[in-house]
Amino acid sequence: MKVKVTARGGVRRLSLWQRSPSLVMGLVIVAVAVFVAVFPQLLTSADPYASDQAAMLLGPSAQHWFGTDNYGRDLFSRVVYGTRIDLLIGLGCVAVPFVFGSLLGLIAGYYGGKVDAIIMRVLDVFMAFPFLIMVIAIVAILGPGTRNLLIAMWIVGWKEYTRLIRSEVLVAKQSEYVQSARTMGYSDLRIMLRHILPNVISSAIVYAASDIVMCMGTAASLSYLGIGVEPTTPEWGAIINGGKSFINSAWWITVIPGAVLAVVGWGFSMLGDGLSDLLRADTH
Amino acid sequence: MEKLNYILKRILQMIPVLIIGILLVFALVRFLPGDTATAILGDKARPEVLAAYREKMGLNDSIFKQFIVYCQSLVRLDLGDSTQYNMPVATLLASRMKVTVLLTLMATAMTVVIGLPLGYLSGIRKDRLTDQGIRSFALLGLSLPTFWVGLMLMLIFGVQLRWFSISGWGETWIDHVKGLFLPALTEAIFAASVIIRNVRNNVVDVRGQDYVDFARCKGLGGFRVGCMHVLRNAMIPTATLLSIRIISMLGGTVIVENIYSLQGMGALLVGAVSSRDYAVVQGAVLAFILVVLAINLLTDILYSVLDPRIALK
Repeated sequence: MKVKVTARGGVRRLSLWQRSPSLVMGLVIVAVAVFVAVFPQLLTSADPYASDQAAMLLGPSAQHWFGTDNYGRDLFSRVVYGTRIDLLIGLGCVAVPFVFGSLLGLIAGYYGGKVDAIIMRVLDVFMAFPFLIMVIAIVAILGPGTRNLLIAMWIVGWKEYTRLIRSEVLVAKQSEYVQSARTMGYSDLRIMLRHILPNVISSAIVYAASDIVMCMGTAASLSYLGIGVEPTTPEWGAIINGGKSFINSAWWITVIPGAVLAVVGWGFSMLGDGLSDLLRADTH
Repeated sequence: MEKLNYILKRILQMIPVLIIGILLVFALVRFLPGDTATAILGDKARPEVLAAYREKMGLNDSIFKQFIVYCQSLVRLDLGDSTQYNMPVATLLASRMKVTVLLTLMATAMTVVIGLPLGYLSGIRKDRLTDQGIRSFALLGLSLPTFWVGLMLMLIFGVQLRWFSISGWGETWIDHVKGLFLPALTEAIFAASVIIRNVRNNVVDVRGQDYVDFARCKGLGGFRVGCMHVLRNAMIPTATLLSIRIISMLGGTVIVENIYSLQGMGALLVGAVSSRDYAVVQGAVLAFILVVLAINLLTDILYSVLDPRIALK
């Protein structure tokens, strides 16, 4: 527990804001994004798919806050509805590698020997190739689309979690509580999941926060290149891709969705940074 | 001598990665649904052409023999023909490689020029206003999506202010460097942010070491201690991180070349994926893998120069 000694000699707990302002700011941004993703209809009544021939390429105004695109679709509503898609893709890309990568790291670190050697050699190979090139190569085989994009991100995304968890397990394995659990005759599975995992998972959780930023960015990049989500989807990268040809005349189509993506990404980064600050403070 | 042994050892260690890379590229087209020959030569290929291709690549033989035939064709630098461009993939790659390599080199130089001084400054001014400012800048740099940064730099400095050329590759070397300035900066912003954070933390750690205090006690000047003792040691972990960043910037050329309409390997790969030109996809992925292995080797050599202890292990 972090405390502060006040001028009168009294002791009081530090608030979360004092301990880590970036954590609080990150939490606020992420909470707003989640709210928008869950209740888009509260913010806009416009249909993100409805085109209007009379309102093509209009700049931001009272009626269309973010302007309209070349099909006359309302960009505010597309960006708002896109929040759900981008957040789901970000979470979806992280969730599966988080679980499988962490489990592999747990197994590699706990058993060591041959199992560890095999897992780590496979990991080395994955580390040697550029992330984006591998994702694109996999999308080349599977074909574009949201589902295949997710699969490609799962195949390349697990390795960081494995590395992180493995190195922590190697330390935790030597500790007294694991030794005593062994002496009690508990099974390997029970020791790994009940005793080691809760003590090593925090580093993976911190990494996941920054990983979401990277996953959202990569997914949006692929959609921007036209090999991610289906082109009509109101996903931020896909919206920017649609506005690419009009960048000189209709800047709002490219500028606004990207700025929203940047702010949400910044929120997750601050959340991750704040979490790791707190953890470091607690261990020292 | 030890250094030479070390380099040879690193080259030998790369061979398995190279073999697995070739295997992956080989497997790439075989995972495709449907007939491999049709996938590579396109739907419009005539039956006799398809049959000749199957014969040449041994597609009727066992998968093991197919792999041997594939490796043999690699040794001859025969990567097949592009259905989209109607030319050998090897020729196509050779003409595109220059743009991508120069772009990545410039981006790397910018990353170092931005990242090292700012990271060092942030570290020696720990928790002061300078440090806070640089750290917020770096955190923002990490969160900005690269493709959007590229578009914004082009819109602001290329289209509105006209400070930099966005006309692409150009004719002379000066044109090349001018045309690649904004694309390289786009990639460098993210990478420099990563480097800043890392250098800062290393500098903070190294400054607390006894040998730094000792160097000061010997009466060495601040600059000398800063460069020879603090920065050199703080850079060792950064060298690994930089090599990871270079590899990822190489991958990033896929996006940046698309934004700035540069005819490099990244744009080639994306175009090939969209038009299902699989011989080019295979060739480009393999070329990327080779460049990555070369970068890894260079990093290892740089490593042993920075820290002679490593070569002795």
